[in-house]
Amino acid sequence: MSPTTKIDLTGPRRSPWPERLIKALLIASSLVAVFVTVGIVFSLLFEAIRFFKIIPIQDFLFGLEWNPQTAIRADQVGAKGEFGAVPLITGTLLISTIAMLIATPLGLASAIYLAEYASSRTRAIVKPLLEILAGIPTVVYGFFAALMIAPLIRLTGTGMGLEVASESALAAGLAMGIMIVPLISSLSDDVINAVPQSLRDASYGLGATQAETIKKVVLPAALPGISGGLLLATSTAIGETMIVVMAAGLAANLTANPLEAVTTITVQIVTLLTGDQEFDSAKTLSAFALGLLLFTLTLLLNIAAQKIVNHYRERYD
Amino acid sequence: MTDLFTKVTPELKRRLRHERLFQWMGRSAIFIAIAFLLVMVGTIASMGVGALRQTHIELSVFLDPQELDTARLYDADYGRLVKKALRARFTEVKKRQDKRKLYNLISSQAEFTLRDLVVSRPSLIGQTVKVWFTASDDVDMLIKGNISSSTGNTQRRIDRRETRWINDLIAADQLESRFNSRFFWSGDSREPELAGILSAFAGSAFSLLVCFGLSFPVGIFAAIYLEEFAPKNRWSAFIEVNINNLAAVPSIVFGLLGLAVFLNTFGLPRSSPLVGGMVLALMTLPTIIIASRAALRAVPPSIREAALGIGASRIQTVFHHVAPLALPGMLTGAIVGMARALGETAPLLMIGMVAFVADVPNSIFEPATALPVQIFLWADSPERAFLEKTSAAIIVLLCFLVVMNLSAIILRRKFEKRY
Amino acid sequence: MSFQLIERQILTSGKRQDIPEQPPVISTRDVDVYYADKKALDKITLDIPANAVMSLIGPSGCGKTTFLRCLNRMNDLIDICRVEGDIRIDGQDIYAPEVNTVSLRAHVGMVFQRPNPFPKSIFENVAYGLRIHGLTSSKSELADRVEDSLKRAGLWEEVKDRLDEPGTGLSGGQQQRLCIARTIAVQPKIILMDEPCSALDPIATAKIEELIDEMRANFTIIIVTHSMQQAARVSQHTAFFHMGKLVEQGETRQIFTSPQDERTESYITGRIG
Ligand SMILES: Nc1ncnc2c1ncn2[C@@H]1O[C@H](COP(=O)(O)OP(=O)(O)OP(=O)(O)O)[C@@H](O)[C@H]1O
Ligand SMILES: [Mg+2]
Repeated sequence: MSPTTKIDLTGPRRSPWPERLIKALLIASSLVAVFVTVGIVFSLLFEAIRFFKIIPIQDFLFGLEWNPQTAIRADQVGAKGEFGAVPLITGTLLISTIAMLIATPLGLASAIYLAEYASSRTRAIVKPLLEILAGIPTVVYGFFAALMIAPLIRLTGTGMGLEVASESALAAGLAMGIMIVPLISSLSDDVINAVPQSLRDASYGLGATQAETIKKVVLPAALPGISGGLLLATSTAIGETMIVVMAAGLAANLTANPLEAVTTITVQIVTLLTGDQEFDSAKTLSAFALGLLLFTLTLLLNIAAQKIVNHYRERYD
Repeated sequence: MTDLFTKVTPELKRRLRHERLFQWMGRSAIFIAIAFLLVMVGTIASMGVGALRQTHIELSVFLDPQELDTARLYDADYGRLVKKALRARFTEVKKRQDKRKLYNLISSQAEFTLRDLVVSRPSLIGQTVKVWFTASDDVDMLIKGNISSSTGNTQRRIDRRETRWINDLIAADQLESRFNSRFFWSGDSREPELAGILSAFAGSAFSLLVCFGLSFPVGIFAAIYLEEFAPKNRWSAFIEVNINNLAAVPSIVFGLLGLAVFLNTFGLPRSSPLVGGMVLALMTLPTIIIASRAALRAVPPSIREAALGIGASRIQTVFHHVAPLALPGMLTGAIVGMARALGETAPLLMIGMVAFVADVPNSIFEPATALPVQIFLWADSPERAFLEKTSAAIIVLLCFLVVMNLSAIILRRKFEKRY
Repeated sequence: MSFQLIERQILTSGKRQDIPEQPPVISTRDVDVYYADKKALDKITLDIPANAVMSLIGPSGCGKTTFLRCLNRMNDLIDICRVEGDIRIDGQDIYAPEVNTVSLRAHVGMVFQRPNPFPKSIFENVAYGLRIHGLTSSKSELADRVEDSLKRAGLWEEVKDRLDEPGTGLSGGQQQRLCIARTIAVQPKIILMDEPCSALDPIATAKIEELIDEMRANFTIIIVTHSMQQAARVSQHTAFFHMGKLVEQGETRQIFTSPQDERTESYITGRIG
């Protein structure tokens, strides 16, 4: 090659069309996630607005009676049915609270043990087992809750002279709590592991025991991350469907008694949409209003969780 | 001085006790979680093994030439032949009501068993043949000890006389428990002894196929764009927030989306694996995107520089070098996502995959259910015999999940450190 | 390392003194480079003569890699990186809109600090560039070009029996020569090398240096190095960078024997860096 041959650096300013096509495909694919979100919001909103034209939104949000009957004849009394979502919301919250009350201590304690005490061999055995627990379909938990947990609770309750519904909130909440344990445990495990070793060393250096170090130093440092994880877990509990469909009841009781039967938002959505349905009835449309409520609730929790976790990440990165 | 290090003050004693208590709490938490897992899976497995066996009853059937018109063998009344055979076996039964009880020993499937036999071997007509028939679910439950024949059980479905008949059959070696292959190769049925998981399995397989076909390419393409091309600006941050949020949206909401958009707006076939797969794909998408991005990030930048340095375009660099290296990681993510999709029930209920489907679907457009939905349906059935079917179906489902997750783990291990 | 030692090396290696007089193939004028708001290079003006080896030396973080990566626009890939000023190769502004980075990088090859063969076969490593640029028309021509490149990289004898084995299975030095073969296969005119020997042992280093010296006949080579001896051994021209500025440049012998700037002198005698 002699220096006199001129180098030609020019080329087509645009890349060849197959490349542009691929690039367009890549961009389009990344937009699918946005479309799905938009699709969810719009389809829920659209149907919910139609519902609110029949049932005023304040009646839905603040009504204390849920009884979505569709009248056989239009002139029947109470033809519209009652669409007050409050009992569903309280039912959902009751079961989620029970679940979180069970899952939080169990999940946190196992995360602390795995992160701070367990030998690598124990970790190697326990973590996959917890992953299996997390991977079991919720329909299985629902089956087990209805078949075993609920009768067991009932038996114990009646033995103690308590009145227990056959589909108590406690049974569903218990199964859900166990389902959530691995979620809390793995999220907290990550957060605890991310706490810098230097903090622990500082505490040990002062003669603190391991438990003291964990409680006074590690957990406070990990708290934001852990609470983010707890929010995510709560959102999972609220949105969980199969366990409550199978183990909680249909009765829209407004109660805080875990031994009574309650119903949840998700149970009602399933009930409203799996029977025979006429599409434009208030009954069917109300499922979308409930869906919108559920989506909003969980979205707020998720955003809050992400905010907290991101904030936390910045502090230690 | 040494005293300072060895003396155990009451205060220190308290602290050390506290330390032990703290550890013990962690251990018991793990113990509770794992014990629950073992009890749950163990209970279900022990209830489910029964479904692997099915009771059969042998009867001598006279293939009456008067009943069997050779020209229309298919349409003959085989039920009558079976009933006749039962009456012949237990001649002492006379009363109408008792006869009905007698017929209940044998599954309603019996006439088809007989029909298939006669149609395939017409030469048997006129002879008396010994045929093994599937027993009814009540007999099956009694034999398996799931319902008792003793007194006191108010909701007993088998009375003393029936028990006597059954004992009589056992004594004559005309009752046998065999491997229940029907459970694996037949579809759903109203009769527990005939119900199988094949239709639900096919529905799940078709749905997963659709789900994979949509979510895998879209997922890895999205991941490639976000990881390799997207400028780091607000827009890409917005997409990222979207993906993270989608990952946490309750699955039932995806079902509502499918109902409102795929069924009611696009008019796609209700109850079909096509729509089921599409809904599952939307749910799986975030999982695949997040896993694929991690896999792409793990490919060392030096590979990209090497390709770019000799004049490969960015697209060439990604598709010739980076993506192939990230593929095992992406596949691992996809398998994990598929496993989750396989266990998903709620969104499928929304799009009508809960119908009773006895026929095994042949395409993604035919009505179908899925394994977890079948479990849900069976769990709701009142017959005692469906309990063991439900449990067995759960075990089958769990086996598939274990296989999928194991293959994901193996794939990950195998390709972990290749560069 | 002592000043005298380098001096002696240069003065004794006679053949390295006949520096060919060529017009500059690369010339940069007032090149500034920013990473976000941070200025990494400040008004770099440098002419690089053709068919010779130029080494870039300077303390860590002074911008050698940054400068090198401007010459084949690898910096385009860093979102926050901004290049200003004028860089010409053969008189053409390489940042002009009609310049295509793909053609540019095909003509300005690059060898990296750590050997980075593709996790593919040895043959495929070398053939890849030929394939994507469509430089060969038949299978046999491709094989010939691969063989030729491996020979010129001094690797052929060692790998000719195992061309199908993965390139990542070679030793570090072999890998780096494979990367050189991969680069020269597409017949660039200029080769940029960023500390090509820093991950190698002395024997492998010697082989590469020998190779660089041979390649000088056909290529213009720009090499970043932290080893003063290496700069002295392989290059005819040297440029000394310090804190984003080009402090001094000239014939290698002159830079090492009578540096004009006191920072250069401190650096090559080991007082800074
Ligand atoms: N991708 C980047 N983003 C931000 N700053 C960068 C980036 N790359 C380099 N820099 C900064 O630019 C300056 C010059 O870096 P450069 O890598 O060019 O130095 P160098 O001379 O090659 O150093 P070394 O000898 O250690 O390789 C440094 O201050 C470095 O921190
Ligand atoms: Mg460098």
